[in-house]
Amino acid sequence: MFKYLFARNEDIPPGTAAVYFGYSSIIWFIIGTGLGSFNAAKLAFPDFVTGSELFAFGHMRQVHVHAVIFGWISMAFAMAMMYITPALGNTRLWSEKLGVWNCFLWNVGLSLGLTLLWTGMTSGREYSDFPWIIDLYIAAFIALPLAINVWMTILKRRTQGIYTTNWFFGAGVFMVTIVFLVGNTPEWFQLTGLSEAYLTWWFAHNVLGLWITPVAAAIAYYTVPKITGNPLYSHRIGHLHFWSVVVFYSTPAAHHLMSAPLPEWLKSFASVEGVLILVPAIAFVSNLLLTMTGKWHYFVDNLEIKFTITGVLLAIPLNMQGGFQQTRAINWYIHGTGWIVAHAHLALLGFSTFLEAAAVYYGLQTIMRRKLYSLTLGNFHFWLLLIGFATYWISMTIAGLIQGAAKIYEVPYIDTVIAEHPYMIARWVGGTLVFTSNIVWLYNMWMTARAGTEIPAGRLPHELAYER
Amino acid sequence: MAFREYKIGTRLFGVALGGSMMITLYFPTIDMTSVQATEVALRKALSAGRQNGFAYEDPFVTGEGKPVTVVLRKDPVTGEKMEPMEAYVFPPGTPFPSAIRHPRTLGSGVKELSLQQGRIGEADESRGAVFYVDHATYQGEKLAYIVNATAIKGWQPEQVLASVPEEDKKYIGTGKTLFVREQCWWCHTLLPEQTQDWQYFGVPPRLGDFNSEGPTAFGSDRKAPDLLHVASRNSSREWMLMHFFNPRLVQPHSIMPRFDYLWDEVDANGNKIDYAAWRKAYEEYEEGKRIYPPEVPEPHPDSRIRKLVDFILSLK
Repeated sequence: MFKYLFARNEDIPPGTAAVYFGYSSIIWFIIGTGLGSFNAAKLAFPDFVTGSELFAFGHMRQVHVHAVIFGWISMAFAMAMMYITPALGNTRLWSEKLGVWNCFLWNVGLSLGLTLLWTGMTSGREYSDFPWIIDLYIAAFIALPLAINVWMTILKRRTQGIYTTNWFFGAGVFMVTIVFLVGNTPEWFQLTGLSEAYLTWWFAHNVLGLWITPVAAAIAYYTVPKITGNPLYSHRIGHLHFWSVVVFYSTPAAHHLMSAPLPEWLKSFASVEGVLILVPAIAFVSNLLLTMTGKWHYFVDNLEIKFTITGVLLAIPLNMQGGFQQTRAINWYIHGTGWIVAHAHLALLGFSTFLEAAAVYYGLQTIMRRKLYSLTLGNFHFWLLLIGFATYWISMTIAGLIQGAAKIYEVPYIDTVIAEHPYMIARWVGGTLVFTSNIVWLYNMWMTARAGTEIPAGRLPHELAYER
Repeated sequence: MAFREYKIGTRLFGVALGGSMMITLYFPTIDMTSVQATEVALRKALSAGRQNGFAYEDPFVTGEGKPVTVVLRKDPVTGEKMEPMEAYVFPPGTPFPSAIRHPRTLGSGVKELSLQQGRIGEADESRGAVFYVDHATYQGEKLAYIVNATAIKGWQPEQVLASVPEEDKKYIGTGKTLFVREQCWWCHTLLPEQTQDWQYFGVPPRLGDFNSEGPTAFGSDRKAPDLLHVASRNSSREWMLMHFFNPRLVQPHSIMPRFDYLWDEVDANGNKIDYAAWRKAYEEYEEGKRIYPPEVPEPHPDSRIRKLVDFILSLK
């Protein structure tokens, strides 16, 4: 990587930035899920690695969250943007050099930020835990260079229109920059009290709603038509998805604080808008599943489609939960329980991760012109990831329902802890399976780069999957 | 080839996102910044200090630059006995909370009383100040407001600190910073829910209970009891210390981590704490080789645990 930082832009091979982002994202995924598994072990067995400040649960928990969101998920997004945006514009990335620098500064900044969090330097605000210097760094050296590269590539495209994926990419990088700058105003300007509490959740809601969800969906809009060869079922439904994300998904931030003393009008408004999240969700899922028409054998045959469609199918329970669990009728029961933890993992480890993994698999093979080293290991990764995730999700959902029941029946709290114990062990097992699957993935991608069969010019990786 | 420029689309995008931010940021903020501060909010603001997360006065989040809460039993100037009252001492250079720096965050009424009767506008960070909370009637409404005792009674911070014995000093601001730093709020919420927590965890907070507080650290993922009113349920310092050192000493099924490292190097008598020996003795107790677990060391007054427990016991 270092040799390209100071090379001339023309001398950097196209796709270099995407490859670096791809491998960085996998490594961060391993780090993030490793920390997740470690934290889960502590919840199941509280005296596991005990009495040390650095390895205390409170110091590790947010490092897991941020390694996964800003390392794995966001870097996989950057990887997808670096190769899909130019491909859809029939052009090259605007600046490969900026992309390489972006990846370098991203890894440096994230390592620094996570180290600070780990030592206890935190803003004390969930999801915007980073101290404000790191937030500023993220906006200036991570989000903005990415945004400039994506926008300039779209502007320099050699196609008439802009495809659905690129609307989402272009808007996503803009919105995440705004969310970072506005969502951290409590720290920039020392906002306090309810405004601080509300803006914390405004940030948390929108970093998911205006960055992770739409960009993950945008990736599926590319991979499914590209691999199956079917055109997108409906461009118009894509429009509906895009506009309803911007209008409906950006508004329900207050539904994260339904049981807190916020103004009642705000909670009611957020709750109604929260149900309307079903509009983009149904548009997205139906559009993608209808695009699969006649090509459903790919769901079995092809690794990338297997990942993508699994992610799309997981969006159904995700949005059914998301739309309704925040209404007053349901929220009072499950608020603050493991149900929400399960839901967050359904969004990030289920829906979103599966879509991004497909993009990383497909992109790395396409750019490096190397066929996947081992399809068997790829399938092993898929199943281990899915089983690990499902174990986690189901056990945490059950734990959440136990906590909810205990909450309303005023059961002594320690009895809830005792009742949850088996599910905490199951959660740890699930997380460890996910962690293990990612090590297999890194090995597979590493061997693909070193020993994968070369893909001849004019062929696509998925066409050669079963050829020797 | 004429390229599409998406002029309408980009403008509509601006309108949509701008409109959304207008409704979700601008309108609620107008509403929330006009909330009138309650007595709870004033006491929290004065005991916690300016900021309990990452801040320029405290970049390593160890609780630097925070006020000291004291219980006054006699007048610090005259030495006369008086009804015990809480005062909040800001030694010179300690940053004031938003409540003092920006009195408009107190909401109408509280702001006027604090400025006119409490004279908080005269407080000067570089010289320090002492505050307390008093009550008065404003337009027929009984309100709590902040009094600048340095301006009104001439109490100087050093003088007040010198007149108070160590056991009447509470490092609540530093303790709250440690609560944020050690991330107690990942498991213990500070937010009894409005719907069903009344009986078990007490009354949910009110709209005006948060003015000037930052971070609010509500917590979202409750894996342990809510702590907003914990000291009303259990105010035993002994119990808290045992529970922090090793929660399994008092609650065998607890999944809380041990926070023995907050005892730091030495105990109350200045002896070095031998953690390895303690753990070995505890293991023997667990294996049934000892009848009683080893004694939890009495913490040094400067240790972090003392300050954290000060904060926990202030949650009434």
